[in-house]
Amino acid sequence: MTECQSEPPVGCTARRLWLRKVVGIAIIGLSDPSAAEEPSPSTLPPQPGDQLTVSGERSLIPADVMLNAPPLLVYPRDPLSGVVRDGSRLNQILLIKLDIKTLDDTTRVRAAEGIVAYSGICTHAACAVSEWKGETRHLLCPCHNSEYDVSGHANVVAGPAPRPLPALPLSIAGQYLIVQGAFTAKVGLKKL
Amino acid sequence: MRSPLLILSLLLLLQGGLPLMAAEKASYPAVTDARLIAPEARNWLMYRGTYNGWGYSPLAKITTANVAKLRPAWTFSTGMTEAHQSPPIVNEGRMFITTPQNRVIALDARTGEQLWRYQRELPDELFQLHPTNRGVALYGDKVYLATVDAYLIALDATSGAVVWEQKVEDYRGGYYMTLAPLAADGKVIVGVSGGEFGTRGFIQAFDAETGKPGWKTYTIPGAGEPGNDSWPGDSWKRGGVPAWVTGSYDPITQTVYWGTGNAGQWIGTERPGDNLYSSSVLGLDVKTGKLRGYHQYHWNDSWDWDEVSAPLLVDIRRNGKVIKALVHAGRDGYLWFLERKPDAIGFIGARPYVRQNVFTSIDPMTGRPTYDETKVPRIGKRAEFCPSMWGGKDWPPEAYNPQTGLLYIPANENLCGAITGEPAKYKRGELYMGVSLAKLEVFTHPDAKDHIGELQAWDLAKGEKVWTVKFPFHNWGPILTTGGGLVFSGGTNDRNFRAFDAKTGKILWKQRTNSGVVGVPTSYEVDGVQYVAVQSGWGVDAQRKQEYLDKSFGIKTAVPQGGVLWVFALPSK
Repeated sequence: MTECQSEPPVGCTARRLWLRKVVGIAIIGLSDPSAAEEPSPSTLPPQPGDQLTVSGERSLIPADVMLNAPPLLVYPRDPLSGVVRDGSRLNQILLIKLDIKTLDDTTRVRAAEGIVAYSGICTHAACAVSEWKGETRHLLCPCHNSEYDVSGHANVVAGPAPRPLPALPLSIAGQYLIVQGAFTAKVGLKKL
Repeated sequence: MRSPLLILSLLLLLQGGLPLMAAEKASYPAVTDARLIAPEARNWLMYRGTYNGWGYSPLAKITTANVAKLRPAWTFSTGMTEAHQSPPIVNEGRMFITTPQNRVIALDARTGEQLWRYQRELPDELFQLHPTNRGVALYGDKVYLATVDAYLIALDATSGAVVWEQKVEDYRGGYYMTLAPLAADGKVIVGVSGGEFGTRGFIQAFDAETGKPGWKTYTIPGAGEPGNDSWPGDSWKRGGVPAWVTGSYDPITQTVYWGTGNAGQWIGTERPGDNLYSSSVLGLDVKTGKLRGYHQYHWNDSWDWDEVSAPLLVDIRRNGKVIKALVHAGRDGYLWFLERKPDAIGFIGARPYVRQNVFTSIDPMTGRPTYDETKVPRIGKRAEFCPSMWGGKDWPPEAYNPQTGLLYIPANENLCGAITGEPAKYKRGELYMGVSLAKLEVFTHPDAKDHIGELQAWDLAKGEKVWTVKFPFHNWGPILTTGGGLVFSGGTNDRNFRAFDAKTGKILWKQRTNSGVVGVPTSYEVDGVQYVAVQSGWGVDAQRKQEYLDKSFGIKTAVPQGGVLWVFALPSK
């Protein structure tokens, strides 16, 4: 599921292979070391209803995210089992609270009390988007200096990243911030 | 998930692969130890052409007199972006190139026809700080690839089919590989990248036929081993010291010479001591991996000056005596002359080849430098230093031409940097550097703003610089030199690939390519025609450095990405 969230409704593997056949690449001895492993709850992508946590000790409430503060790095957490889904780097999520008045319609629908969530994995080479430029509200990937503007859909404003950071729709259930739906696009780099 | 892939792979193999295998198998000439030790001039069988690391082709049909007529014979789009750094490696008319994301493409070296293509399915979560690859190794009837998810792959040279694959380390811990393997003595030898991730570097040999792991030598001594006490506490376990560029090899003494990277995390006060064997060259017994000798270029690094590019093996004449030397243009800005001894590496001399303001002295007996403490970054203390963190020369290899006796260095002059250390917390698989990459600073020295990039030529017998060609921006160009009295190199952001007169440095020819040329150039001959080949495809640190320079200068430089292999020849008569 993780690899195909933004793909057409065909099997992920089948589509990839079909593409390769179309472009005439001979696949010889194709191997996927990650494919042989059993999926575990900690490696599943964020699931609708998941809560969010920094260290696993407790789930976040909206008041935990301060307006215009540097992003919080969080992971999804299954509210039933308590499992923190930090078994995959692709589950790194950045939470930022913005002034609701500054959000456009698309972003407002995905936000919860002005809190927006984006993938923390760069769409260029899957590095961690670990830096914050508070004056411009840009997220920065230090690997190759790709910058994303969180005021505008995490669009790319500098560097080699080919597309915006995927957004993660949020809502509130009870007192907790929860995941409302899947990432809006494939997390990390898209393979050619 | 694996089964359908394999079935489809087999189907495709049956559809298109087998006839090629049957037709070509018998005619692929095996790459033997004898051929690797003394390659035919028409072939380019390994990363630098020969074990001594010279980057020299004896071919002499393309000369200073006719190079102006050089034209593209054919080109090939790889379909990939990012840094295309690998050399076109050629064995009797078969060419093998690699691209970012671990593709291997086999081509007819005369016509450019694609013979096969291998692509590795890489894990989605792979953190690619350096999405590149620096080429294959050839041995027997196989082609070897070291991957960014830390596997070693053996492919059938004729069909591209996987013969075996061997896990070298766990990529989730930050280990990866970008180097061309070294094939020697029945083994395929690799070193790991990942110094930025709190790894512990190593060099390891694998059986070339079966992939069975052989000797493994850590670049940081373990507990109880000599040198371990140069690391405080457990810092050695996460001390970095990667080995991400192919070593050179002396087949007479059967010693592999491998360069090592800087210690991690970056700031030296976090790991007081010499931190052996960081920023060093190691001499290893090819049969056992046993350390025969080492030389540490500089101790307790805090400038990201890793010294991974392997030294060149050159016999130089000094004071009427021939010395079996190792020559290395260091990232630390010094040109190092060392001596190959049976069970040691001796120090001959060192001198700066670019502006260097950190070393205050070099011990004439040992080569050990002393430092200007004001130039050493610390936690919370910003320090400026020259050369910058990318050094006088990064990984792009030098070349040596035995006809001219000159060493050619792709240098970066006048550049300085600044680092402020930050506390680092280890988290497996994430950066563990003690600096913010986003806060690194690169700038030109206030006394010299006329240029940055240089191609330098040094007379190794005299130990003196003979000529310099200057470029406005940085130079990231690996070097080829030939028996035709030429030097070929790209490396500049204007996308040019150039030919220079090897004696004078005069530019005799240039071709503007699709992208910036950071690939290793090679030369080969098929059917009596000499070719020069290089991949053009800007990316990784060349681009990263450009971003920092643009920030420093307040400009924006656009260098398009996308890999194209260029193959040049003289017009047919």
